[in-house]
Amino acid sequence: MLNLLCVKNKMWVVLTALVMIFLVISGSAAIAQEQPDERKLTDPTAPGYEDPISMYDPWEGFNRSMYKFNYGVDKYFFLPVVRAYKFILPDVVETGIANFFKNLFEINNVANNLLQGNAEGVVNSTFRIVFNSTLGLGGIMDPATPMGFYKMEEDFGQTLGVWGAGPGPFLVLPVLGPSTVRDGIGSGVDSVGNSIWLTAVVNTAFKDTGDRDKVYYGLTGLNIINQRASVPFRYYETGSPFEYELVRFVYLKDRQIKIEER
Amino acid sequence: MWRHGRDPLPKNATFSVKGTIMKWLSLLILGLLLLPAQMLSAAATTGAYDYPFVNPYEATVIGTPTVYQAEVPKKVPVKDYQLVVFEDREIPPVFWYSEGLNFSLVRQKERAPLIFVIAGTGASYQSPKMKGLQRAFYQAGFSVISISSPTHMNFIVNASTTKVPGHIIHDSEDLYRVMELAYKKVAHRLDVSEFYLTGYSLGASQSAFLARLDEERRVFNFKKVLMINPAVSLFNSVNIIDQMLDNTIGSEPGAFNSYLGRAIRGVATAFERDEPLDFNEDFLYRIYKKRIPSEAKLESLIGFSFRISSSNMIFTSDVMTQYGLIVPPGTELGQTTPLLEYFGAALHTSFVDYYDNYFYPFYKAQSPSLTSDQLQNQMSLRSITNYLRGADKVALMTNNDDLILAPGEIDFLSEVFGDRATIWPTGGHCGNMEQKDVVAFMVNFFKK
Repeated sequence: MLNLLCVKNKMWVVLTALVMIFLVISGSAAIAQEQPDERKLTDPTAPGYEDPISMYDPWEGFNRSMYKFNYGVDKYFFLPVVRAYKFILPDVVETGIANFFKNLFEINNVANNLLQGNAEGVVNSTFRIVFNSTLGLGGIMDPATPMGFYKMEEDFGQTLGVWGAGPGPFLVLPVLGPSTVRDGIGSGVDSVGNSIWLTAVVNTAFKDTGDRDKVYYGLTGLNIINQRASVPFRYYETGSPFEYELVRFVYLKDRQIKIEER
Repeated sequence: MWRHGRDPLPKNATFSVKGTIMKWLSLLILGLLLLPAQMLSAAATTGAYDYPFVNPYEATVIGTPTVYQAEVPKKVPVKDYQLVVFEDREIPPVFWYSEGLNFSLVRQKERAPLIFVIAGTGASYQSPKMKGLQRAFYQAGFSVISISSPTHMNFIVNASTTKVPGHIIHDSEDLYRVMELAYKKVAHRLDVSEFYLTGYSLGASQSAFLARLDEERRVFNFKKVLMINPAVSLFNSVNIIDQMLDNTIGSEPGAFNSYLGRAIRGVATAFERDEPLDFNEDFLYRIYKKRIPSEAKLESLIGFSFRISSSNMIFTSDVMTQYGLIVPPGTELGQTTPLLEYFGAALHTSFVDYYDNYFYPFYKAQSPSLTSDQLQNQMSLRSITNYLRGADKVALMTNNDDLILAPGEIDFLSEVFGDRATIWPTGGHCGNMEQKDVVAFMVNFFKK
């Protein structure tokens, strides 16, 4: 039920899950230890050797090329736009815009929580919409968070995961970046849902004017810039030659854990 | 549903939404009332050195919590540049994205001193600690040029003469060359009154060698040099760091893999989507701040975060020299070749492995009579003791509990630097670099 302890309870569930996971990992490592570790500096493929952060990535060639392609899109399109956006707008306006879109598409969290049968999530996201749309002046501020209604992001990829769909191979999508087959389908469904929602909102709010298309495309464009501006990640700035491996590992583990949380 | 409490509570409320909200609202109001009081008490305790961690491991990992930090501007007008250091250097395809040496400048519009800042092990010119120093010095009225560590991938690929980083004499010569080129590139935008130099951790040790080199070359004529938490003997320090990982996870086969599994899983859970990914010495520190359970082994975390840095460094160097420590000789690595197996091998390679199997043989091949002891001695501040004793412009700042110093090294530093040594009681390794009094000290050192 919705009470103060909900968030904390969930944290404990996650922590317990983590401890269990740690035990499982050390268990399997104990088995692996029966074979002597035959590490040779030039031969990490020796018997008994396990790549520590190996992940299922049968399309690695394609993915790595796409990762590189996305770097180009970022460098020659998104980042110049983001720089201009940040240069023109004061921080407080950027935050307001980010909040506005988060609130506008919070409905997506309600829908996915509903599909996952997560009543607490539905109530939480609904209250966020109610408070942020009213007290938060149409969503540009986020008073719900200090009130204890934390942002709990749920997407359709996670919903599919909760329904039992495995992630499938790792997949780097054009422009959107790291994903999996399942999460890619999820993103598609989410974005169709979101654009139907945005159309409905715009049509209602600008019922009597002829500017509906302009508003729709304006908002969509602004949101794309906003999305890129609010992610500080920059390709090839981690200082690691193993960036692709690290990003893949962190992305897949993060998704796995988010779905296990349920 | 919620009408400012005008309706009585439903008797059988299945969930007491209103109760919760009222509780939250009252907490919120209470919090707002208490906040100024807390701020006042924080302000009132200034005066003496005000740093919260007496445990050097906590200090090293957690750094300086915001309330203890000096106030520096969040945004400064920083501009990034790229240098071609060696015209004829071929960049291997696997490092295609790292072509050109990156550095940054924040400049004062008026005539002002220019300060060069050198990053610590594995860190880039724009790592969090580097940004902290950049902002503090810019605020104090200096122009700042930030330079990556010679152990950073981008530096090894573009600017290392030997391509085998860690040799402090060669690395310092490479740094000096880069500083000259960087200054040349931006000189037309600057009106420099005098030149200063600083660096932290490995960058501090290099600053001492750079100061000495500058006495011969006289390009900058550094007026003042400040070393922040230097290593005395690089060999001692990397041994200490290697041990941090071995102490807690053991060195038996398989133990490292299982630790890595746990650590990275911890990382994956602690990372939130919005956080920047920056895999250097600082990257695990930020994760710790998020939510690492209290029983986490800080010691192994420090060792592990250095291990990530050293993996990056060792792989990069091995590819550049084609020596075959990590990548079998003759292997062609393209722009999109999978690298996981090399990452695994590099993660299993300690600093001492690097030294024994690669670094020492490499330098011995250049001068066959070189013994391991001689090489270790060369890479120590002790080898330039006489210079440091008489170099009035070079000052030292470190912490009494700095983890990378071996027994006796802190005494060596205070003996050699005398009243030019400032030794804070706590702070671990570089944990207090953002602390108010420490920042004030650094700025005043250059201002006076």
